[in-house]
Parts: sequence; structure tokens; C-alpha cells
Amino acid sequence: MRHCMSPLDFSVQELNELMALACDIESNPEKYAHACEGKRLATCFYEPSTRTRLSFESAMLRLGGQTLGFASADSSSAAKGESVADTIRIISGYADICAMRHPKEGAPLVASSRSGIPVINAGDGGHQHPTQTLTDLYTIHSLLGRLDHITIGLCGDLKFGRTVHSLINALVRYPNVHFVLISPEELRIPSYIREDVLEENHATYEEVEHLEDSMPKLDILYMTRVQKERFFNEEDYLRMKDFYILTREKMALSKPDMIVMHPLPRVNEISVEVDADPRAKYFEQARKGVFIRMALILTLLGIHIDPAIPQPSVEGGESC
Amino acid sequence: MLNISGIHEGYVLDHIQAGMSMKVYDYLKLSELEGCTIAIIMNAKSNKMGHKDIIKIECPLGSIDLDILGYIDHNITVDVISHDQIISKEKLSLPREIKNVIRCKNPRCITSIEQELDQVFVLTDPEHEVYRCKYCEEAYSGK
Repeated sequence: MRHCMSPLDFSVQELNELMALACDIESNPEKYAHACEGKRLATCFYEPSTRTRLSFESAMLRLGGQTLGFASADSSSAAKGESVADTIRIISGYADICAMRHPKEGAPLVASSRSGIPVINAGDGGHQHPTQTLTDLYTIHSLLGRLDHITIGLCGDLKFGRTVHSLINALVRYPNVHFVLISPEELRIPSYIREDVLEENHATYEEVEHLEDSMPKLDILYMTRVQKERFFNEEDYLRMKDFYILTREKMALSKPDMIVMHPLPRVNEISVEVDADPRAKYFEQARKGVFIRMALILTLLGIHIDPAIPQPSVEGGESC
Repeated sequence: MLNISGIHEGYVLDHIQAGMSMKVYDYLKLSELEGCTIAIIMNAKSNKMGHKDIIKIECPLGSIDLDILGYIDHNITVDVISHDQIISKEKLSLPREIKNVIRCKNPRCITSIEQELDQVFVLTDPEHEVYRCKYCEEAYSGK
């Protein structure tokens, strides 16, 4: 039985297959509308989440399956002190696959070791959030048509942002990916990512403080939030914060085909005025997350839809 | 000169870094070896190391987890004694995985709350001897 704990659980070849499946689902949703009929997804969320939980539920419902679960630890038996290992043994009797979010790092791994059904890590503290990374990779691949030969700017909190670390880990496996790491001094990428991931994989990168300087060279701008509490003092925060807010003026410096991504939720790091720019793809990114989760559910359940069976295309369906 | 007699059956752990023998004693849980005689020699003169510690353990063979010893210090030499003779010298290497020897210090790790969960560390960088928690991947830094 296969689980999904980290984006690196999949080889590049397997990722390509997963993204190809997501693309086919996105283009031909009707073909997959009954693929999971009779199957149940348990969403075990020990901490609140809007997008990830609903994205998983939407994915399973679109596959014709059903969902059950809980949305916080308070409404689960964890409040009575039940261990993750015991909970997953119980859930294994109720559902066919489980998506688990837990504030403690490694909890989904513990669950997978005791589970009778595939477990998907839907985020474990500051550790891993593989389906966000799969969403990011699929978005880049479907919008740019490639994951190699790109220049990606990662902007904001690069020190604590697990999303960014995970994306770097995934992208260094592709050739000619150049990383522009845009952050204040306090929030620079940790040395273990710089040395053990970037340098170990011979990836090229540069570290800069100002977003404007890098805009013209980027194929992708991946924005993250810069939180006030991460700074040592308020003076530094006030001095730096505007550098990391994406505005229409900064967008004017970028390539016409650059794309802007963000794991969301956005607070104020992207001005609302940028939403109307066709290069702003963060809402599209969240939408595409459903398709890659559908592909992941099908893959882990071992369900194959015969691609030879012709299916009617959906009116208005967008190509991936 | 202090003399300690040889042992009939058991292990002699030699070339322990001076001052580290009590830590080795704790890691190996030697206090839990019932009915075994243990001699700890500290700060003995050594041509190779200057000074060293030695532990002699009179116990049935197989009572000690030599894999753990490889994690503690793979420069330690182990003589295996049977019928008053050295029958082999074990070469220690870094174990790929160690269980319930060290604890994860990350307060956000599932091992901090999950009942009866083994503390498992995996060797991720043999060159720099880095072990990471199997669950949260936090590097262990307290060796």
C-alpha cells in the first residue's frame, strides 16, 4: 500500500504521470466523474484549514466518492486523549483513504505505519505539505508547459516558510532551474536548504533583498507572507515590509508572460489591484490543486480509467 | 598501577574517549544487566590516545547492542571474550537506524505526545554523522 508523506515520495517519472493524469482529469472531468463511486475519503483535520480540506473533499466528490471526517481536534476523539495510531486503526474500518492534517510533525507518518488504508499528509506542522507542492508543480507545468529551464523568484519569508522549502526540494530535481531568493536579511533561506539542497544539487541561485531588481528576469514569482512577528524589531519591519508587497507598479517591471503564484491565504503582500492582471495565477493555482488531489487519490487507490474510452468533453472546459 | 583481572565471557570496550565511559554505560543501559560484573577504568594511559577509558563487562554474549555502540563512538574497539580468550574483535560502524537511544528534542514532533511511540533516528549524512528523527526530520544535535 502506498501513502503520500512528502513530495519526494514520487520520482520525477511518477510526478510526470501524476501531472499527466491531473491534466486529463482537468480536460475531461466527466471521464472521471464516477471513478471513485462507492469509495470514501476520511478528512482527519486536527487543526483548522479552509482550502486544503475543502479541496480534498471537492476532489473526492468530483470523482463520485463520498467524504467523512472532522475539522478540528476538539471535535475528534483526540480531545479525549486518543492516539493517532488508534484513531487511524478505527478510520481504516470506515473509509478507503485518509487525508490527515495534524499540528505535530510526523503524525501522518505514524498514522501510515498503523493504517490499513492509504494516508495522505495534508500538512503536519511546519514539516511537510506535499499536496501544496504537488499543486505548485502542476500549476507551473500546466501554465508554462515545463518544470525545467525556468527562473523562479521566491519572495518573502524564506526562513520559516515550509512551502518554499518543499518547492525548492522538488524543483532542484529538474535541469536549469535558477532560484532568485528574495527576502530580508532576517528571513533568508536556512543554511541547510542552501547547502544541503541547492548546492548539493548544483542548482544556481542568488539571494537579493529587493523585489524590483529581480522582476525583469523572472518566469515565476512565488509570493509568501512576511509576518511582522518574524522581525526582531518593529523598525526593521516598517523599513522592509513595502519591499515585499507586490503592486501594479512592480508588475510593470516583469515579463509579459511571467506568472504570479501564492500558496494563500494572502494578507497584504499582493495588492488587490494585481488580481486583475492576467499574470496573477494564485486563484487558478488553488483551483488546479483540486485536480492534482484527484489524480493523487486515484493513484493511491490504484484506480485506473481506461484512456481509450472516448468521453464527451465538457463545454467550456479549459485546457491544462 | 591498578590491575583488573580478565573476564571469562563478555566484552571489553577499549579506546573509549577519556571521560566518556559513564555516558557509554548509560547508553548501553549497563545498569539493567542483571547479575553481570562491570569494571569501568577511567583515564588509563594510552599510546594511541594519550588517555582513554575502558569498560569490561562479564556477561553472556549477545547481551549488548553493538549497533548502538557504533552510534556512540565508532572508534571504540570491542573484544569479544569467551572461555578467557578473545574470539573476535568487532568493527563498529554507524548504524543506519537507532531506536530508543536518544529522544527527539523538537517540541512540535509527534513523539512528544504519542503514547508508546518508538524514538527512531535515521542516519541521513554518514560523512557528518547526522541523525534525523524519523518522524519530524529534526537533526539530533545533543550527542
